[in-house]
Amino acid sequence: MTVETKLPYDKDYIVQFSQDRNEPDWMKTLRLQALEQADSLDMPKPDKTKIDRWNFSRFNPNYAEGHAISSLNELPEELKALLDVENPPKNLLIQRNHSVAYHTLSEELKEKGVIFTDIFTAMQNHSDLVEQYYMKDAVSVDEHRLTALHAALMNGGLFVYVPKNVQIVEPIQVVFWQENPETALFNHVLVVADESSSLTYVENYLSQNETEETVANVVTEVIAKDNAKISFGAVDHFAAGTTTYMNRRGVTYRDASIDWALGQMNDGHTVFENLTHLIGDNSSGHAKMVTVGRGKQIQNFTTKSLHIGQDSDAHILQHGVMKEGATAIFNAIGKIEHGATRSNAEQESRVLMLSEKARGDANPILLIDENDVTAGHAASVGRVDPMQMYYLMSRGISQAEAERLIIHGFLAPVVKQLPIASVREQLTELIERKVY
Amino acid sequence: MAGSTLEIKNLHVSIEGNEILKGVNLTIKGGEFHAVMGPNGTGKSTLASAIMGHPKFEITEGSITLDGEDVLEMEVDERARAGLFLGMQYPSEISGVTTSDFLRSSINAKRGEGNEISLMKFIKEMDEALDFLEIDKNMAQRYLNEGFSGGEKKRNEILQLMLLKPEIAILDEIDSGLDIDALKVVSKGINKMREDNFGCLIITHYQRLLNYITPDQVHVMMQGRVVKSGGPELAQRLEAEGYEWIKEELGIEDETVGQNA
Repeated sequence: MTVETKLPYDKDYIVQFSQDRNEPDWMKTLRLQALEQADSLDMPKPDKTKIDRWNFSRFNPNYAEGHAISSLNELPEELKALLDVENPPKNLLIQRNHSVAYHTLSEELKEKGVIFTDIFTAMQNHSDLVEQYYMKDAVSVDEHRLTALHAALMNGGLFVYVPKNVQIVEPIQVVFWQENPETALFNHVLVVADESSSLTYVENYLSQNETEETVANVVTEVIAKDNAKISFGAVDHFAAGTTTYMNRRGVTYRDASIDWALGQMNDGHTVFENLTHLIGDNSSGHAKMVTVGRGKQIQNFTTKSLHIGQDSDAHILQHGVMKEGATAIFNAIGKIEHGATRSNAEQESRVLMLSEKARGDANPILLIDENDVTAGHAASVGRVDPMQMYYLMSRGISQAEAERLIIHGFLAPVVKQLPIASVREQLTELIERKVY
Repeated sequence: MAGSTLEIKNLHVSIEGNEILKGVNLTIKGGEFHAVMGPNGTGKSTLASAIMGHPKFEITEGSITLDGEDVLEMEVDERARAGLFLGMQYPSEISGVTTSDFLRSSINAKRGEGNEISLMKFIKEMDEALDFLEIDKNMAQRYLNEGFSGGEKKRNEILQLMLLKPEIAILDEIDSGLDIDALKVVSKGINKMREDNFGCLIITHYQRLLNYITPDQVHVMMQGRVVKSGGPELAQRLEAEGYEWIKEELGIEDETVGQNA
């Protein structure tokens, strides 16, 4: 694999990149417009976290091919742990760097018209369908510099489309493995569930660059059309060298629902956004998230529900444990627009700090522009109770093991509620690794 | 020699610069049950906490040894693994950790790596102890002490005692807040432990516990010291006559020590 080190990226670079990937014209145009906008737009300003000095500018956006594999046994142990290798998922895609290394889709789903393919292939085979949703209703190109840069430099990702009335029972599973530490990942995931369809989707991000610095700028758009049900699970584990902007956003139309189960296990600085636009009447968006911070990493999490439809319902539940010198800010926002009568916005954010140097903050925010609604919030930030440690240790349990029990106990109320078994298991395993 | 020996010599303990214990001497051997009695605020619970290594208490003078080993040099978890157990007056609530997982972790901490108890054996032992203490089996799957009634918490302490099988147990007001039925069950559990290899220090404010557990020795604490020791007949006299006669005998006006001891 060859990686050019020439930077920065200009118009010619973008045109060339787009041509190399045989992209449709609309994508090339979108990239070029985004490049222009990126110059003039400001960086995002996550509440209570300064990201000016984070590395969002030193990276190499080139497309890096990863070796394809013929069997899951060729994967390193770290990846095998995410998959049931003996009994592999029927619908699986492994993206290695920016190319597809492994891909299966059951005959049954193919016959039903389900599309599950990398974003470049999707643009060639289903250009109109991708264009219809790509950075339209969920995330806009011009929100800030990072969304614009994402659109300009997008170099990997996935498209999932479930046709009307198709129910996918077995989860669709995806692994984004950023093996090459020298290139950035500008990944775009677009999941569209058409009317009255349903699916469970699980994705993992993984890298191993402890020291090499790079950037992940990921935008995920999840569209649930009328009466569609999407269960979306993710466990992210970018290594300490990666600075991450992760934006997962959903749109729910009438009677639709999106359930998010998110494990944020990155080791580097992270800006994380999860927003559900509840556009349709009687639609719902539930977000459950856990995170463990360690080392000197700083993370900012904004989880938001935006209520536009009547009778829309949202629950945000996030628990974070901060170890060592880690910092995390949790912003939970419930915004109910005028006209979204009988909507309900609930939220709970809890942060546990394990050391004197760890820092955490939880900001509950309710913005309500309608009278006939219900809303509730709970937030807490605290340190480990020394009496709990004393009690556990008085039974012979070592300090490290006592901390482990308290962390698992603190995260358990969220982990246990995650609706997807594989996400629960992966998270439990990763929490274990991060806690020791 | 049967069992272990816990030796407390001239123990002085302070909390935030305030001296609570002013020279306690006690020796507890395997096979022996000792009761420490006394009115509120005389240093009984401080003694229990100091032996286990409660982070708030500072030992300013004296020694505690277990079979000659310096207990004061050990961390809290090391004291437990060396054979000490403290049944607490106010057990902590630990959310998200089931009683069963906690018990297994505790048992395995003492057994050591490579010698962990098998799941089957653990469940069998736990079920037997739950039955013996008339505890609902669902408790094992509830989060540790979370939402437990006072009586359930105390039974849970005795459950831990029975499963961990320490050499020396200190039970700090294990009887407080118990109704008579619960008191009988808790006493039954403690009595079942009685054997040559098990020594016990029972700290209590009320004599009624000693109707169910017969101590070999009874000690009365006042002003941060053991002021009187005797056999089971001492407890009976205390029950009949209260503490006033001891105060008069020793010329003590205010039996309490420090603040909130």
